[in-house]
Amino acid sequence: MAVDAVAAPRTRVRRSSGAVRGYGRATPYLFLAPYLVLFLLFVVGPAIFGFWMSLHDWDFQLPGKPWVGLQNYKDLFDPLSTTAEPFWHGMRATAIFTVASVPFLVTLPLGLAVLLNRRFPGRTFFRAVYFAPYVLGVAVVGLMFRYILDTSFGILNAFLGLFGVPEIGWTNDQPWAFVALVGMTVWWTIGFNAVIYLAGLQDIPAEQYEAAALDGANTWQQFRHVTLPGLRPVVAFVVTITVLASANMFGQSVLVTQGGPGDTTRTALMVIADTGLSQFRMGQATAMSYLLAACLAIVSLINFALLRERKS
Amino acid sequence: MRRRQSPVFWVLVVVLTVVFVAPLLWMMITSFKTIGESQQVPPTLVPQEPTGRAYGEVLTVGGQNPVLRWFLNSLVAASLHAGLVVLVASMAGYALARMEFRFKKPIFVVILATLFVPGFVFLMPNYLLMDKLAWLDTLWALVVPGAAGAFGVFFMRQFFLALPRELEEVAMIDGANAWTVFTRIILPNAKPAIATLTVLSFLANWNDFIWPLYVLFSPERLTLQPGLKLLQGAYTTDYPVIMTGATIASVPVLILYIFVQRYVIEGVARSGIKG
Repeated sequence: MAVDAVAAPRTRVRRSSGAVRGYGRATPYLFLAPYLVLFLLFVVGPAIFGFWMSLHDWDFQLPGKPWVGLQNYKDLFDPLSTTAEPFWHGMRATAIFTVASVPFLVTLPLGLAVLLNRRFPGRTFFRAVYFAPYVLGVAVVGLMFRYILDTSFGILNAFLGLFGVPEIGWTNDQPWAFVALVGMTVWWTIGFNAVIYLAGLQDIPAEQYEAAALDGANTWQQFRHVTLPGLRPVVAFVVTITVLASANMFGQSVLVTQGGPGDTTRTALMVIADTGLSQFRMGQATAMSYLLAACLAIVSLINFALLRERKS
Repeated sequence: MRRRQSPVFWVLVVVLTVVFVAPLLWMMITSFKTIGESQQVPPTLVPQEPTGRAYGEVLTVGGQNPVLRWFLNSLVAASLHAGLVVLVASMAGYALARMEFRFKKPIFVVILATLFVPGFVFLMPNYLLMDKLAWLDTLWALVVPGAAGAFGVFFMRQFFLALPRELEEVAMIDGANAWTVFTRIILPNAKPAIATLTVLSFLANWNDFIWPLYVLFSPERLTLQPGLKLLQGAYTTDYPVIMTGATIASVPVLILYIFVQRYVIEGVARSGIKG
């Protein structure tokens, strides 16, 4: 590669203390160049161009792509347009899934992390087991649960039947479909958040627990007054990435409920992908994605404001 | 915290272990059943007439559903992708961690900010870009665009920040240039980070679903994840075949995970905190 270019314009060996010298002015940019080319081409460019698309009646397959200004956005708020209804149904499904899954995906991994933070033989092994599902793709997880959750011959209903529970329509009846989607998502991703919490727990100095114990705090009080405040930034981070991940929900619905029953689990991302990449109405679809992204940005800001304020 | 754990604790640990392992076992058990037995009520825990029929069906070369081919496609795409990520991210991460230059801060802030932009924003414009580059339905679409993600750069930067300065200073006093220092001193000392990033990028690419679902069309060019969806459509009620496909897609990553889980778990842990 650009070895010579990097080597050639050598100047000072060191200017200020700390920073490494002995390279030319262009060198940092040459190190950054391969990544920045990709970044501009596949991230920055598309983000801007996508917004431009959303201002057009952009049909991928048609030669003309007339400028429509904010019409695609206005349509999303006009009940009579063809895009508003499916979009808001999708938003509702995404919102329900997010509101239903985030509390579990934030609290259960915390419980698991506290459990795994104890010292006991085999801890590393169990940690690995609980994390294992996360290394599987959504397609594997989806197909596996499609079978486990089958109403008539799925093993979950057979198991519950042992306790006299009647058949449950996990994939074709509400609210069970959402229960199933949230449950399988918790199964799949609990280890991910738990590991992030674990790292946070290990950063809390042991002296704080010792001091609390000396003050006579019991286990719960130690959790409440030492663990939780110590984890606050980690919780803020976990909430943010979990909301983002839940709002991106796609594969579970596609593979397990096929968006049903009705269109109740057809998420916003399914609507966007369908509008843009199956019907090729990309102007409308990009408008939907930017509106959804704006909603998520607002949620993230609120969440950070809330979790930060309580600290001070 | 150091006292012996109570029986309740151990019951909880064992129940959780069963909950996490059982679905995977069930998937593998089902792949050896006949169609009839897979739909039997109540289900049998051990295949009564174990059969490799589903494996034969799925692994037939040149069939409608070339699972072996998809497997190979996934392997090639994920490996090339991981290599590309490590290359560009370690170079960029090194510059951002150890070099001083004018636009360092704004560049870093912009890269970092995109970590929080949801992926669906890039779905359609990148699809059009693939079309313009004639990358639709090719390996390029799987390998390259994902390497523009911010995570790798951020991850490598954090690692380089923690390396001792003396490493480079000694080499520079000896007259080594930046590239030599990077390849001879820095990279060999970054092996754990490189291993971690390689594994995480490989897994992310191997498991990606929505992007390959839309940018690949030809059955023989699919990767395993969209391939499994095709399998589900083709064998709607043949659960042994579907579970066989899922098993083939998961056993290699689970084996890989057993060997490298330390890196995977550390990588995830570090991605959240030390920023």
